[in-house]
Amino acid sequence: MTTHPTNTLTERLDAINEFDREPVSEEHLQGPGDFIGFYSGEHVAGTEFVIGPLFVAHGVTGSDLILGLLVGNFLAVLSWAFICAPIAVSTRLNLYWKLRKIVGPKLLFVYNIVNALMFCFLAGAMISVAATAVGIPFGIEMPGLSDLYPNSIGWVLTVLAVGAVVTILAILGFKQIAKFSKVAAPWMFLVFVACGIAVLPQLGVTSLSDFWSVANEKIWTGAPLEGRTHFTFWHIMFFAWFANMAMHIGMADLTILRYAKKWQYGFFSAFGMYLGHHVAWIASGILVALAIQNSGEIAPGPIAYLGAGIAGLAAVVIAGWTTANPTIYRAGLAMQTITPNWKRWKVTLAVGAITSVAALFPALMMRLLDFVALYGLLLMPMGAVIFADFWLLPRLNLRQDYAEWKQIVFSWPAGISWGLTLAACWGINAVWGLELFFLGLPGWFIATGLYVALSYVQQRKTTSGSSESISGDIA
Amino acid sequence: MNYALKFGSFLGLALTVVPAVLVFLGTISWSTHAMLMAIGAVLWFATAPFWLGKDKSAETD
Repeated sequence: MTTHPTNTLTERLDAINEFDREPVSEEHLQGPGDFIGFYSGEHVAGTEFVIGPLFVAHGVTGSDLILGLLVGNFLAVLSWAFICAPIAVSTRLNLYWKLRKIVGPKLLFVYNIVNALMFCFLAGAMISVAATAVGIPFGIEMPGLSDLYPNSIGWVLTVLAVGAVVTILAILGFKQIAKFSKVAAPWMFLVFVACGIAVLPQLGVTSLSDFWSVANEKIWTGAPLEGRTHFTFWHIMFFAWFANMAMHIGMADLTILRYAKKWQYGFFSAFGMYLGHHVAWIASGILVALAIQNSGEIAPGPIAYLGAGIAGLAAVVIAGWTTANPTIYRAGLAMQTITPNWKRWKVTLAVGAITSVAALFPALMMRLLDFVALYGLLLMPMGAVIFADFWLLPRLNLRQDYAEWKQIVFSWPAGISWGLTLAACWGINAVWGLELFFLGLPGWFIATGLYVALSYVQQRKTTSGSSESISGDIA
Repeated sequence: MNYALKFGSFLGLALTVVPAVLVFLGTISWSTHAMLMAIGAVLWFATAPFWLGKDKSAETD
């Protein structure tokens, strides 16, 4: 363990977060409307056109889907409200500054790299989604559900073109696009709803009383497509709960909720969960059922066209583009720790190039459920570390923000907790066969327990070797 | 002016979702619904950016 700060690295991180290192001041706090708008917009994204259809492909039943989403989304809202929001409004710091105090700049650097790569892949999935709509007027063959690699030159050219446009627009005006995405959000949500309703007659639903029987016969039939595992209530519940694991129990939304006047604003995440992760997933599932019935292509663009024609295609492009844009921006922020002397445009260009190459592989889109679960799992242990540091260490008479206090650049308790948690999750998966979607729950407890135990060892060892007492300094 | 813009925006949203209900009820055809949705999209994006979120200057991220 190095205890001497590496100025270069520290300076890099500090430079990137130049305007964010201070707690949010009282006059910058925001009201309920901002959070309702943010969560509604953030969770009605291009990827919703993929997730709903994948549930259908995995053969979930109608009742398992509806109940699983109700319970899972409720647990996600509770996670935002009771785990992330109280720390956010108490510290008023963004994720990076809070984590820096706990784990030190070198471990934060590693976290940033992992985070940046995950953001690149996520943005890649969004570009793939947009490309499925752009390719339709040109008659490009779309990848199928089982395609993992690029399936045609046309697909490659379409993805690269969409990736280039998204990257250039992100370079030219991230803030303008962010504003545009806020404008697009209410319209996009209604497009999902309209698509789902408009295709019901083609599935045989002519009155509301028909819906449930048709839903179970033709949409959520309980029979998975070839090569897909069967999803139960538990799969849906855990997926809905942990689809944004990096944001709530992974604490990425400290950055957002630090602007909340009260911790109870965490409950406003319900608008994102029940509009985007409930209604939109159900609507896109209905669309894909019609595509399967018609033996048509089941990529996001074609299914949206089935529901709404040109407006559906526009929704897929706009949803993919507006959600890829902030993701590329966030990846750029994280990547800038590696290339501190690069201008913002150059970092965004590099991130856009990585993202576009990733987007060539339909596996990212067609295996989105696995990727989203993996993405959350990789970052979640650091959220557990923040939780334990904030709530548990003071109760054990241990110091919070120990790395900052001791000027440690790499907190070994946090680093080991991160690594061992992922290793334990891998072991649970390999030995007991517990699927990826379920690993977040045991993983969170493992990470929390490990960090508390290792912090105890670290801090007792430090204090037993010196006469300095820390008990009086605990916040 | 602001009221006119807001009226245009809400009309755009109405044209996005109401035709789908009319298709479901068998009142209009799918192609009419698709055309009305496209008009709704144009109306929304031509009017909403001029008033939606204009009074909020602070960003959350």
